[in-house]
Amino acid sequence: MSVQTGQFWAGVRAELPILIGVFPFGMIYGALALNAGLEQFAAQMMSAIVFAGSAQFVIVQLVHEAAPGFVIILTIAVVNLRHVLYSASLAPYLGHLPLRWKALLGYLLTDEAYAPTILKYERTGVQPSGHWFLLGAGLALWSTWQASTALGIFLGAAIPDSWSLDFALPLTFIAMVVPVLKGRPYVAAALSAGAVALAAYSLPFKLGLILAALTGIGLGTSLEGRNAQREEM
Amino acid sequence: MNIWLIMLLGGLMTFGMRFSLIYLFGSFQVPETMRRALHYVPPAVLSAIVFPELFFRNGVPDLSLDNTRLMAGLAAVFAAWLSKNTLFTIVAGGVVLFLLQYFR
Repeated sequence: MSVQTGQFWAGVRAELPILIGVFPFGMIYGALALNAGLEQFAAQMMSAIVFAGSAQFVIVQLVHEAAPGFVIILTIAVVNLRHVLYSASLAPYLGHLPLRWKALLGYLLTDEAYAPTILKYERTGVQPSGHWFLLGAGLALWSTWQASTALGIFLGAAIPDSWSLDFALPLTFIAMVVPVLKGRPYVAAALSAGAVALAAYSLPFKLGLILAALTGIGLGTSLEGRNAQREEM
Repeated sequence: MNIWLIMLLGGLMTFGMRFSLIYLFGSFQVPETMRRALHYVPPAVLSAIVFPELFFRNGVPDLSLDNTRLMAGLAAVFAAWLSKNTLFTIVAGGVVLFLLQYFR
C-alpha cells in the first residue's frame, strides 16, 4: 500500500465512529425536507450543493416558514461562518497543495471531517501526503451524508401528515443547543436571542431572526470578555 | 426566491468560507473577537428559531398549559440536558407531544 492510500484509509477509519451519529441525522434531514414541502430531487441535491448539516436544517425550517430568500442566505452565512476558522486552522497543513486539491478539500471541509483531521495533523505535523487523510475522512462523510439523505427521503414519503413531523425540526434544534450551553455566557446568548426573537416576531421579512441572533452572539461574546478581564485582575 | 437559487447561493457561500483561508494561507489572520463570537452562533441562531416555534400559536403568544408544543419543547430541553443525545431528545419530545394531543 502506498503512503497516500495508507493516509486515505486512516482518514476513513478515523471518520467511522462519527458516521454512526451522522447517519440518523441525515435521515431526519431527508424526511423533514420533504415534510417542509421540498421536492425529493431538491432535498437530495441540497445535501450535495450545500453539504452542511445544521445549515440544511435551518434552510428547511425557513423555507417551511416562507422566509424571504435574502434572510435565508444571511442566516446561512451566520450559521456557516465557523468554517472560516476551520479553513484557517488547516491552512498551514494544506497551503503547499495545487489549487484543485485546495478546492476539493475546501468543498469537503465539514465539522465532522475537520475534527479528526486537525487532531491528526497536530499530532504528526506537516506531512507530504497528509492531505490524503482529510480526503478519506471527507469522502467517507460525504457518501454517508448522501446515502442517509436518500434513505430519509424514501422513508419520509411514507410518514403520514398526522404525525406532526414538522415539530421534529425545533426538537432537533433543542437537541443541538442544550449540550453547548457550557456556562453563563452561553445561556445568556440563548435566552437573549430567544427573547428578542419573540419580541421582534412581527418584524417584516423574518428580520427578527437576524436581530435576535446578533443580540445573542453580541451578549455572549461581551459577557465572556468581561469574565476574562475579571480573571486577569 | 427560488429554492434552487437559495441552494446555489448558500452552497457557493459555504464553499467560499471553507476554501477561503486554505486558499489565502499566510496572508490573513482571523481576529480574536470573531474567533470568540463564533462560539455563540449555534445557541443564538437556534434559540432564535426555536422560541417562536414554542411560544407562539397561530401567530399569537400562548403561555398556557394548553400549548402542547411549548410543553413538549420543555420536555425536550429536559431530555437533552439529561441525555445529550439528539435522537433520544427528538423521540422524547415527540412522544410527549403525541400524548398531550391524544389525551386532551
